[in-house]
Amino acid sequence: MGIEIEQSHPSVELSSIAISETHGENSPYFAGWKAYDEDPYHEITNPSGVIQMGLAENQVSFDLLEKYLEENSEASTWGKGGTSFRENALFQDYHGLKSFRKAMASFMEKIRGNKAKFDYERIVLTAGATAANELLTFILANPGDALLVPTPYYPGFDRDLRWRTGVNIVPIHCDSSNNFQITLEALETAYKNAESMNMKVKAVLITNPSNPLGIAIQRSVLEDILDFVTRKNIHLVSDEIYSGSVFSSHEFISVAEILESRQYKDAERVHIVYSLSKDLGLPGFRVGTIYSYNDKVVTTARRMSSFTLISSQTQHLLASMLSDESFTDNYIKINRERLRKRYDMIIEGLKSAGIECLKGNAGLFCWMNMSPMLENDTREGELKLWNEILNEVKLNISPGCSCHCSEPGWFRVCFANMSEQTLEIALKRIRDFMNNKDRKDIEN
Amino acid sequence: MGVMSMEQPQLLSKIATGDGHGETSSYFDGWKAYDKDPFHITKNPQGVIQMGLAENQLTADLVQNWIMSNPEASICTLEGVHNFKEMANFQDYHGLPEFRNAVAKFMSRTRGNRVTFDPDRIVMSGGATGAHEVTAFCLADPGDAFLVPTPYYPGFDRDLRWRTGVKLVPVICESSNNFKLTKQALEEAYEKAKIDNIRIKGLLITNPSNPLGTVMDRTTLKTVVNFINEKRIHLISDEIYAATVFSHPSFISIAEIIEQETDIECDRNLIHIVYSLSKDMGFPGFRVGIIYSYNDTVVNCARKMSSFGLVSTQTQYLMAKMLSDDEFVERFLAESAKRLALRYKVFTGGLIKVGIKCLQSNGGLFVWMDLRGLLKEATFESELELWRVIIHEVKINVSPGVSFHCSEPGWFRVCYANMDDRDVQIALNRIRSFVMKNNKEVMVSDKNTKHCWQSNLRLSLKTKRFDDIMMSSPHSPMAHSPLVKAST
Repeated sequence: MGIEIEQSHPSVELSSIAISETHGENSPYFAGWKAYDEDPYHEITNPSGVIQMGLAENQVSFDLLEKYLEENSEASTWGKGGTSFRENALFQDYHGLKSFRKAMASFMEKIRGNKAKFDYERIVLTAGATAANELLTFILANPGDALLVPTPYYPGFDRDLRWRTGVNIVPIHCDSSNNFQITLEALETAYKNAESMNMKVKAVLITNPSNPLGIAIQRSVLEDILDFVTRKNIHLVSDEIYSGSVFSSHEFISVAEILESRQYKDAERVHIVYSLSKDLGLPGFRVGTIYSYNDKVVTTARRMSSFTLISSQTQHLLASMLSDESFTDNYIKINRERLRKRYDMIIEGLKSAGIECLKGNAGLFCWMNMSPMLENDTREGELKLWNEILNEVKLNISPGCSCHCSEPGWFRVCFANMSEQTLEIALKRIRDFMNNKDRKDIEN
Repeated sequence: MGVMSMEQPQLLSKIATGDGHGETSSYFDGWKAYDKDPFHITKNPQGVIQMGLAENQLTADLVQNWIMSNPEASICTLEGVHNFKEMANFQDYHGLPEFRNAVAKFMSRTRGNRVTFDPDRIVMSGGATGAHEVTAFCLADPGDAFLVPTPYYPGFDRDLRWRTGVKLVPVICESSNNFKLTKQALEEAYEKAKIDNIRIKGLLITNPSNPLGTVMDRTTLKTVVNFINEKRIHLISDEIYAATVFSHPSFISIAEIIEQETDIECDRNLIHIVYSLSKDMGFPGFRVGIIYSYNDTVVNCARKMSSFGLVSTQTQYLMAKMLSDDEFVERFLAESAKRLALRYKVFTGGLIKVGIKCLQSNGGLFVWMDLRGLLKEATFESELELWRVIIHEVKINVSPGVSFHCSEPGWFRVCYANMDDRDVQIALNRIRSFVMKNNKEVMVSDKNTKHCWQSNLRLSLKTKRFDDIMMSSPHSPMAHSPLVKAST
């Protein structure tokens, strides 16, 4: 970025944080977005543009939200006995609207098939999961300390967990030999790795269901992780932002359930992050939460949330929406069905193009294996293929290296941020691309 | 597995276990007293009246009417729901263009259209609270410092220092010249920091001032600009109270100095403005904070950081519609100034009648009340004693000057815009009774050197160094909202 300063003035330093690159926007994850921004697909005005498959958004269930709003218009709620606009506009208590917290707690319970209970007094509100993850890091770790994070992981963590906090991420390496599951061995290796770099490990941070894998973590693995953090006397952060997008509820096990089954023994080391950005498809509203079993963390997080509160207007809207049980029951059920249908469609489509994916059961994306297609089994090989897909096939997908995957050739492909028709077109482009490749191979 | 408690403090970070959140102070006596016993005209007429909260509630009716007449401004009404999907999905940290355009226009209007603002330099944040923290992260490293004129808003201690590790160095202003900021005071503070090996990265001014309620005159502003330019440090101008100025002298924004003053040379890359809609519009709940910087790198960096505190698009959308209604905005600003002026007149008039003076001011949502005459001794201990009496006997929550790092004891900030006319009269009556009773008892007990009001003190008699007293801000996100209880 250019710095426009008249040459006569030597520049005044900004902070080291401002100058650093830890904001992470120079990664290929974002380069694809730029390509999309410059040439975005539109079915009528730009049918040959780049189709955005790098954005994990949920757009499949908006009609349900719109219908709710039409039937529960805001104009009918202001000033009629309930909260007035004025009261709402003045409300800046960092505890958050009680009705909203209660509604969130109940929604989180529903998503987990009522297999775990949530106490609304332990809910801390933040402007998005982005803020929640950073805030927890500030609370759990000092600059120079380390968080252990299984790979592959969401690229945004590099910024959210490290940029302003000064905390390090040490990867827990997972690979395809066992479907990228987290093993005790990998945990121990990562821990020793951090120690050898003189970093104090403060927490393990998992995303469950996983981004980018699209799988819910198995119960036995969760138990192992919990035992591991207890042994090492460190924290566990479970980012469950995709918990509502598991295709069937009995397949998702939240760490909350395991804690309940253990009568909350050692629970104060566990903290859950949630958000409505994925499950309800409302990323613009900035609704994130931290749910902690640790009283001091709840109190401190609440104070820190002053920097990142949720607009009271938005809290008010969502409080009524999420306490409407017939709405939420229906939404959760239908949303799941539609996501599963989408998932089946893309898996089939890729299969018929000769591409295998990791068997998933959640999320807004699939984890595609294109390693057989690599010229070189390296990061460079993967980026070369990625560039081809971006510039020739005109699809923006996310290369595994941007997710710190240790094996080249894997790509995250989002399927819920577009219409079915657009998805068909994307699949067709992939089929054509693969057919051409085959033909080229035969010719060679 | 042994029972290992996580309560050991070293298992959380230093930031988490320290006091940087600013809430451990005797200041909370005021809040606790209010929370336990909040005034309500019918349900609890003897309760504590909240005058420690800098909120602007005088124009709520205007806004409410606008909301009712403009259902399409909400994405949750039948008229506006067609925009719901687009808004709900929009998470671009640049913010809605119509939002930025409307805010830029509004900022210009509140400065009498004497300057214009570039919408591309507008960056969102989680309220001004978030804006200040982001600015500190962008401009300073841990251990660096900002100069801040005293008295200043207590929330700065948390917002600028807690997670950033940045320090605050006070620039002392005194009542002898009505707390005006002087070049001498700036130089003194700067030199002292140098001797103490503290690296100064910037100067933070609040204009109009909290807690003084005064505006900075042109000469002082020019002095400030020359100072920071010469020292090569940043200038952050918190202009959150811009539209609360209700009479002359008018508010002069730092933007005007930069854009218009031809006899000043200044590197624009040093100039940054923090703004918010919480005070001018009375929308603290909506968390609309703004960073406006003349420095491209800072704009870019702050924008990236805004990911941690974006404004809900639902709110951006509503604000865009409301603030681009030119007729409404003009009417609102005029009416707001009128009502604030009247409220100020009534309140200060009532105080004068009982011999209580305030610093002459024409903005903010509060007065800076001079109670030096009521102090037993010119010490902060006496100030706190008096403060406890005001809370527990007079039953009004006001904010003691020591919590604003004022260098002289005896000053109190009293907010007057967060209640209706009737409640103001009740507060004035209580003050009047207290003063009259105090005078009577002093006359009666002339042999007894103890002032009678002291015998009623419920004190925590530990003396506290005023640096220890960190305050939670009454106007930034806080522990318990008095609003819920204050509504009638």
